[in-house]
Amino acid sequence: MAGHSEVLDSKTLWGGKISPFSTSYGKLMMWFFLVSDALTFGGLLISYGFTRHDCIVAWPIGEETFNSLPFLGHGYPLLYVALMTFILIISSVTMVLAVEAGHRMDRKGVTKWMIATIIGGFFFVGSQAWEWYHFIHGSEFGKIELADGSVAIVKGHFGEIKNFTVTEAGHEHKKGDIVKEDLMHTFQHAAAAGDITNGIITLHDGSKASITKEKDHDLTLIVKKSGSVNKASKEKRVIKGAKAEKLYYDALYSGEANRVIYGANLKQNEYGPQQYAQFFFFITGFHGFHVFSGVVINIIICLGVVAGTYHKRGHYEMVEKTGLYWHFVDLVWVFVFTFFYLL
Amino acid sequence: MKRDDLIEYSLDAHHDEEKGKEIRKKIYKVTILLTIVTIIEVVLGAAIKQDAAIWPIIKWTFLILTILKAGYIVMVFMHLGDERKWLRYVILVPYFIFILYLIFIALWEATAIKSVLVYFS
Repeated sequence: MAGHSEVLDSKTLWGGKISPFSTSYGKLMMWFFLVSDALTFGGLLISYGFTRHDCIVAWPIGEETFNSLPFLGHGYPLLYVALMTFILIISSVTMVLAVEAGHRMDRKGVTKWMIATIIGGFFFVGSQAWEWYHFIHGSEFGKIELADGSVAIVKGHFGEIKNFTVTEAGHEHKKGDIVKEDLMHTFQHAAAAGDITNGIITLHDGSKASITKEKDHDLTLIVKKSGSVNKASKEKRVIKGAKAEKLYYDALYSGEANRVIYGANLKQNEYGPQQYAQFFFFITGFHGFHVFSGVVINIIICLGVVAGTYHKRGHYEMVEKTGLYWHFVDLVWVFVFTFFYLL
Repeated sequence: MKRDDLIEYSLDAHHDEEKGKEIRKKIYKVTILLTIVTIIEVVLGAAIKQDAAIWPIIKWTFLILTILKAGYIVMVFMHLGDERKWLRYVILVPYFIFILYLIFIALWEATAIKSVLVYFS
C-alpha cells in the first residue's frame, strides 16, 4: 500500500493514509461522541441513583406516579410510558431500515423510512410534552399533610365539583350567587392557600361560598411519611374507605395553608422529595432535547437524500451516522424508562 | 481509473438485495424481541407492588432485561456487532470500566451518607 500512497484518495482514507478499524473518520468520531454522551447520561442516572439511595424518606414509585392516559384519566399504571417506549423503538427500527436501504443504494427506500422515523420522533416529543404537562399539573387530590403530621399521597376518582353557592357577599359576588366557572382551579388554589374551612371556601374577592361536589370514589391514602398516628410502614401505609375520606377532608378543609401540594415545580412536588422532580425535569428534559435535535438532524439528512446528494456521492454513510445518533437516543430512553418508571 | 489499493473504508457499506433480505429479517426479529421485552416489563411493573416479597427478584429482572435491550440496540441497530473486533473493545471497555466504578462508588458513598442522616434524624 505504501508504494501507492500518492494515488490514495483523501476522501476515503484518513490523513495517515489508513482507515483505523476499517471505518471512516466521520463514523468513528460519531462513536466517540456517543461514548462521551453516554457518559453524561450515565453520570446523570447514577447521580439519580445516589440521591435515591441516600434518601431517608420514601421515594416515589413509578406505577403510582405515572398512571394516566390522555382522555381516559387515571388508573392505567405505566401504560402511557410503555406506549412512548414503543413509539421510540419503532422509530429506531424504521431508522435501521433506512440505513439498510442506503446500503442497497435504494434512494426511495431511504426516503420512505427516514420520513417514518421523523414522524415517530415528533410523536415521541409530543408525548413527552404531555407527560411533562401532566407531571407539572398533578393529580386532582394532590399530596396532603394529615392532622397528625404524616404525609400521604391520594389515589381514587375525584368527584366533580358542581358549583360554589355564595353564602356571604364579597366585592364581586352577592349572596345567593352560584359560581360555575374555573371551579377546579379555584378549589385547588384555595385548598393550598388554606382558604377552605369546614367546607366553606373563601373566594378571591373575599366572599364565602359552600361547595357542591359529587362524592369521591375509592379514595385511598398512601402514607409516605410517618406522623404520630399514621405510619409509613409496609402494613399500615395504605388507608381506605370512610377513614381515609375523613382524614383527607379534615386536612384539606382545615383552613391551614400549605397542607396540600398539587403537581410539581422545582421547589416542591406532590410525588416525593424535592430532588425527585428536579431529576425528572433534568434527565427527561435532556433526553427530550436529544430527541428534538435528532429529529432536526434527521430532517436535514432526509432533505439531502431527497436532493440526491448522497446518491451522487456513491454511499449513504451520512444516513448511517445520523442513524447511530438516533439509536443512541433510543438506547438512553431504555435506561431512563427502567430507572424512572420501573424501579 | 479503477483502484484496487483502497481499503473498503466503511465495513458493509454496500450489500445486494439478497443480503438485504437477510438483514431485514434480523431487524424484524429484534423488533419483535424488544417489543416483547417491553411488554413483559410493563406487565411486571404494573402487577407487582414494590413492597411485595418477590420485588428484589423483579428488580434484578428489570435490570437484566434492560441490559438485554441495550445490547440488542447497540449490537444490531447500531451495527457494532458487525464492526471490527477492536472497535468494539475501544468503545465498550473504557465505558464499562468507568461506569461500573462510578456505580460502585456512588452507591457506596450514598450508603455512608444515609447512615449519617439516619443517625441524626
